[in-house]
Amino acid sequence: MGITQILFWFLTALALGSALMVIFSKNPVHSVLWLIVTFFAISGHYILLNAQFLAIVNIIVYAGAIMVLFLFVVMLMNLNSELESQKGKWLKVAGAFSGGCLFIVIIAALKDSADMHQQVLLKSGDIGLIHNLGKALFENYVVPFELSSVLFLSAIVGTVVIGKKGD
Amino acid sequence: MTLLQIDWFFAAEKLILIAAVITGALIIAMYSTYAERKVAAVIQDRRGPNRAGPFGLLQPLADGLKLFFKEEIIPTHANKLLFVLGPSLAMLTAMMTSAVIPWGSKLELFGRTIELQIADINIGILYVFGVVSLGVYGILIGAWSSNNKFSLLGGLRGASQIISYELAMGISLIALLMVTGTLSLKEMVEQQQNGHWNIVKQPLGFLIFLVCAFAECNRTPFDLPESENELNCGYHGEYSSMKLGFYLFAEYINMFISGAIMASLYFGGYDIPFINEATLSVNTAAGLGAVALLVKTTLFIFLFMWVRWTIPRFRYDQLMRLGWKTLIPLSLLNMFITGALILWRSKSN
Repeated sequence: MGITQILFWFLTALALGSALMVIFSKNPVHSVLWLIVTFFAISGHYILLNAQFLAIVNIIVYAGAIMVLFLFVVMLMNLNSELESQKGKWLKVAGAFSGGCLFIVIIAALKDSADMHQQVLLKSGDIGLIHNLGKALFENYVVPFELSSVLFLSAIVGTVVIGKKGD
Repeated sequence: MTLLQIDWFFAAEKLILIAAVITGALIIAMYSTYAERKVAAVIQDRRGPNRAGPFGLLQPLADGLKLFFKEEIIPTHANKLLFVLGPSLAMLTAMMTSAVIPWGSKLELFGRTIELQIADINIGILYVFGVVSLGVYGILIGAWSSNNKFSLLGGLRGASQIISYELAMGISLIALLMVTGTLSLKEMVEQQQNGHWNIVKQPLGFLIFLVCAFAECNRTPFDLPESENELNCGYHGEYSSMKLGFYLFAEYINMFISGAIMASLYFGGYDIPFINEATLSVNTAAGLGAVALLVKTTLFIFLFMWVRWTIPRFRYDQLMRLGWKTLIPLSLLNMFITGALILWRSKSN
């Protein structure tokens, strides 16, 4: 086993294990912290694919900003495992069922896709580097890129409107 | 010599470099505590520590020893694991940023060329930004796990402050990146070797970055997370012994690292002013360059202290107003002007 393979299996185990811990932790703060570990493991996978820019942006945006807000809200609400309302049995069954359905749909969609049979480009693909990614975004995908920024703008306007409602 | 496809000489070289950087950072942080008290003393017309050793030079050792031997208390209702994790994370994130800073050009020893930088990654400055944004976890986790309302308030203040000032910092960095055209810190420093430091091209950007660096390091006037008169020391109120020491120490390491980053980004890094490095031998240039970087960093650390003992703490609403209503519009303006100038210059050529 080369170093890449060792790293791959380690990161995979870490990602899956910590993702499971997000669900199984009783304490919501622990769940958030395990989710941060998951993001780090996924960033590690990006680095193995030579997508350094994606890796670091994943950490800045998700682990650095969004998860801080999650933690912030969870700590402010002071959720407790004892005080948390227990969900009914039927809700759990329905949740497991719908989650399973989603899983099947994703597998069905990916099963026959051409990418599944392609060898992963380890350390040689370069689309994840900032130079190439910028070129691709601003040459081939300008319209979707700008449209998504309009989406963000509308989200910002929406939060301001909701925030100002009380005044 | 390859085993597991690793060049072991390369690994050993990096390991020594990492050990040197971390030891250096710790020693500088240790003596920053001494310097801070001396600077405060000079500003307030006092003598400062002068009992332990000549000029009180052994004071940091005495302080460290005291912290180690103090009783370690974990509050009964604290979350024990997270209570220990908090200061460890604060220390870890403070150290991690040093990996991408170029401390000197290169050494030539035993026929090998040794880069004086732990990792030259092509996303260098984004890495720094990412680690800085993680720095808040140490404060937030420590504050929450202490199970103390004052600590929690301090932690929440720290989190919202860092998120607010990160925005302005990021936008001022974008303007710098538009000028340099690279994300690698090494390349940025190399571009400034001819004496054209980035401060000349980005004065407003540097000012914004400096203010945000104060806020990210939780230094006065932005030390609201630990404001001792209203929050009773804030996020580290429940900490004692070396765990408290780690929090205090992490702040000084952060100061050192952010000083080094500002020197590298805007003040030429290891560039020696008024001297052409090409006329010196490689090893001399590297040594002198490292000294030059350390001098610049020390000046920044002094600035941090000078401001601390001059400007009183902001109120919370003043802090938020400065961040959102002054710094972010200013940094957007700076980015706009930089972009317009670059466009104009590329058109006129």
